[in-house]
Amino acid sequence: MTRASASAAIPDRTVGHRLDRETVTGHALVALFALFLYVFVLYPMLHVLWRSLLDNSGRFVGAANYVRYFSTPAIAASITNSLTVSVLAMTVTVAFAFVYAYALTRTRVRWRGLFRLAAMLPIFAPSLVQGLAFVYLFGNNGMVTRWTGVNVGIYGAKGIVLAEVFYCFPHAMLILVAALTATDARLYDAAAALGASRLRTFLTVTLPGVKYGLMSACFVVFTLVITDFGAPKVIGGKYSVMATQIYDQVIGQQNFTMGATVSVVLLIPALVAFMVDRVVQRRQYALISSSARPLVPRTRPLADWLLFAYCGLVALAIAAVYLAILVSSLVRRWPYDLTLTLRHYAFDTIGGYAALGNSMYVAILTAVVGTLIAFAGAYLVEKRRTALRAPLYVLSLLPVSIPGMVLGLAYIFVFNAPGSVLNRLYGTLAILVISNLVHYFTVPFLTATGALKQMDAEFEGVSASLGVPFWRTFTRVTVPIALPSIVAISMYFFLNAMVTLSAVVFLVAPGTELAAVAVLLMDDAGDTAQAAAMSVLIIAIGLAVRLVYWWLMMGVTRRTQGWTAPLPDERMPA
Amino acid sequence: MTPPRPPGAAGPPAVELEAIAKRFGAVVALRGVSLSVGEGELVCFLGPSGCGKTTLLRIVAGLERQNAGIVRMAGRDVSRLPPAERNYGIVFQSYALFPNLTVARNVAYGLETRRRPKAAIARRVDELLALVHLAGHRHRYPAQLSGGEQQRVALARALAPSPSLLLLDEPLSALDARVRLTLRQEIRALQRRLGVTTIMVTHDQEEALTMADRIVVMNHGVVEQVGTPVEIYTEPSSLFVARFVGQMNLLPATACARPGWVRVGAIDLRHRPAAPAPPGTRLVLGIRPEEIAVGPASRGGDNALVARVRALQFQGALTRLALALPGEEDARVDCDVATHVLDELGAVEGAELAVALRPAALRVYRANEGDP
Repeated sequence: MTRASASAAIPDRTVGHRLDRETVTGHALVALFALFLYVFVLYPMLHVLWRSLLDNSGRFVGAANYVRYFSTPAIAASITNSLTVSVLAMTVTVAFAFVYAYALTRTRVRWRGLFRLAAMLPIFAPSLVQGLAFVYLFGNNGMVTRWTGVNVGIYGAKGIVLAEVFYCFPHAMLILVAALTATDARLYDAAAALGASRLRTFLTVTLPGVKYGLMSACFVVFTLVITDFGAPKVIGGKYSVMATQIYDQVIGQQNFTMGATVSVVLLIPALVAFMVDRVVQRRQYALISSSARPLVPRTRPLADWLLFAYCGLVALAIAAVYLAILVSSLVRRWPYDLTLTLRHYAFDTIGGYAALGNSMYVAILTAVVGTLIAFAGAYLVEKRRTALRAPLYVLSLLPVSIPGMVLGLAYIFVFNAPGSVLNRLYGTLAILVISNLVHYFTVPFLTATGALKQMDAEFEGVSASLGVPFWRTFTRVTVPIALPSIVAISMYFFLNAMVTLSAVVFLVAPGTELAAVAVLLMDDAGDTAQAAAMSVLIIAIGLAVRLVYWWLMMGVTRRTQGWTAPLPDERMPA
Repeated sequence: MTPPRPPGAAGPPAVELEAIAKRFGAVVALRGVSLSVGEGELVCFLGPSGCGKTTLLRIVAGLERQNAGIVRMAGRDVSRLPPAERNYGIVFQSYALFPNLTVARNVAYGLETRRRPKAAIARRVDELLALVHLAGHRHRYPAQLSGGEQQRVALARALAPSPSLLLLDEPLSALDARVRLTLRQEIRALQRRLGVTTIMVTHDQEEALTMADRIVVMNHGVVEQVGTPVEIYTEPSSLFVARFVGQMNLLPATACARPGWVRVGAIDLRHRPAAPAPPGTRLVLGIRPEEIAVGPASRGGDNALVARVRALQFQGALTRLALALPGEEDARVDCDVATHVLDELGAVEGAELAVALRPAALRVYRANEGDP
């Protein structure tokens, strides 16, 4: 027996395999993905960090910029302003969304499907559209202002919070619907059997069950608001938040250093929120056992009527916002001449439909290339377990906590540096595609990772043993199985690329204007009707694409039915 | 250790492992394992979970890389070859069937890259599906098959490219008991018919005993014993093997001055011939329940005793008696007796029975540190 000679002398390194074409290809792809993440995520972020330590002539000044930032009241106010509107908007949004989601999942309120659809509307609009809508309704020349003669003074914190609540509502609602759906009817049976009152059941079963969902919704909304640029820009007036502060420093005063400094400070709350959210989400999964029974809500006439009224009001409010946009895009001169016209859809001040065309082109490219990189990247990280696995994973999660303004500014530093090879990307549509792709990279990456984790870990082993190269199994097995996730990912990329403003606002150049930026510029220039018209088109395209997606998913489901369900007539229910 | 040469093997062994060592960080999974598998043999790696048997299989497959040691196949050093160049088929515990491909496409998967004509592939797929009795299921998807059928598809897929070696990683553990019994015989018959060298990993000793030509018993990353099922069962070479394979009564004992005798409590017992131990050495005696002679069969010879029946446990054809040895009320010895002779023996709770622990059946082991 060999026990004697054992453990002492086992070398650290494993016996390497001879490099064949497959291994080399695998390593090369991993290296390529690492290079992508380095050039477009890590390096730009390090650049921003570095720039915040320099003065405008490039001399190293240490923390001097930060000292100046915190000691100049006019600028430092943006921090407290940002925190104020973020916390307010978070509280209001999550409270409203919770009741709404509760009605959708735990009651038998009528028209639940319709309410759900109505609440999803804001997903299809850039965040500044909500801001514009409230200006049209409550602004100095707003519809409501003129009817009632009362000017509520919408410009400022009030307006920002209002616009953000509408903008973030669907995001919070989706998380809370998921949390409220994932419950176990047996807990409610037990509570009823023990004679608990409805209130007690709600406090001891329902709330603890969605605790993590609520926290997650809070973090998501908080991050969305504090990093948002569009709404504060159009409705914030003189109320300066950090995201607009970066814009003003960079575009208004050409003070890149201060822009970088504010950026680094803005990174902190977003990063913290993201990290706490990760921990919270992991707990949420452990909460529901696989043997849980779904809860079937019962009819409770009074509560159902009250909640129906509530949902109806919320849905109407959301609809009203978009209606205001639609109406103001279709009348000759709001609010003085209300004859219908399509002339605002000519976009004469920005040269027609070029911006919208660019937006669609960029969104399609982002969807195609982004899906490819996110899915292939997740595959390389998850299935080809190289030494780079952990760093690549972390770098792939990083983008979600980078505010769009910060990413955009970082890309200016990196891609607008004279003499750099990367400089050639500046002013092209490619840089817009890349910035969208990176800005929205994390969620698709995690979706893909989740889909890959569900697959048998031995597919790769089987194909290796059969002499089939991994890329063949990737295309023949992995991709077909993950098709629903892949379609969902491309959809996510497309919609976000259509509506994003914050990252690209620094990167558009003559010839590469985008629709969302055009809305901002036209609004700035006073062409509010055209801005509204462009918003309508962006929303319409989003809705149309959503329809196509829905139809695609039906096709995918039909195609995969054969291999996901057993033959009904021959097999016993397992 | 020199691995025993399988009978009738002419050329080099089909698989030869030399001092394979593997670590996962600080955890040592394999501590220098050497063994060989003869052409056409079915060898089982048997051991409790965490003993390193699956790691060893994956090293043979090239799916895991050893820290040291050599893997040879048919005399060729394949230690540094990627899996694709090692020419084996593998069936995993989960089967890892491709859910989006039909049964026929799954089986054809390894054939399609080898630039064979379509007709030849179709013929080979038919052949294999017939072999595993699934000819009628070729257009089904894996989700539409039972567990046993899925297992057979995985087997057909692994065998399709005619590999010279078949690796089975706990192939039956996901199935229910009845299917498992049928598939044991089916796999064994198939393996015999094709004559394909096979290594199977299992933690189920019954599976290993019924299927294997030879069993490699592993524990804590070392090979405890290699032998035929009969050798492993009748001559367990270590206390671990004695405990792990089959049922074995283990009695703490001390070596007597008289060679070949040990003392258990107040009784002196003669045991099988074994290496002499100095008097007073702590030992463990092992005897299987069915080896204890009861009643008339116990008369004459050494180690005849009178034991009291403390409990009976009906098990069907056999009944297990829990016996207390004289003067050793705490030491329980299990003894299997055919149920139909219970009355004849007068074996009821509390009765005293004549028993004999035949010296030929009394194995003796050194007690491990920390054992009672």
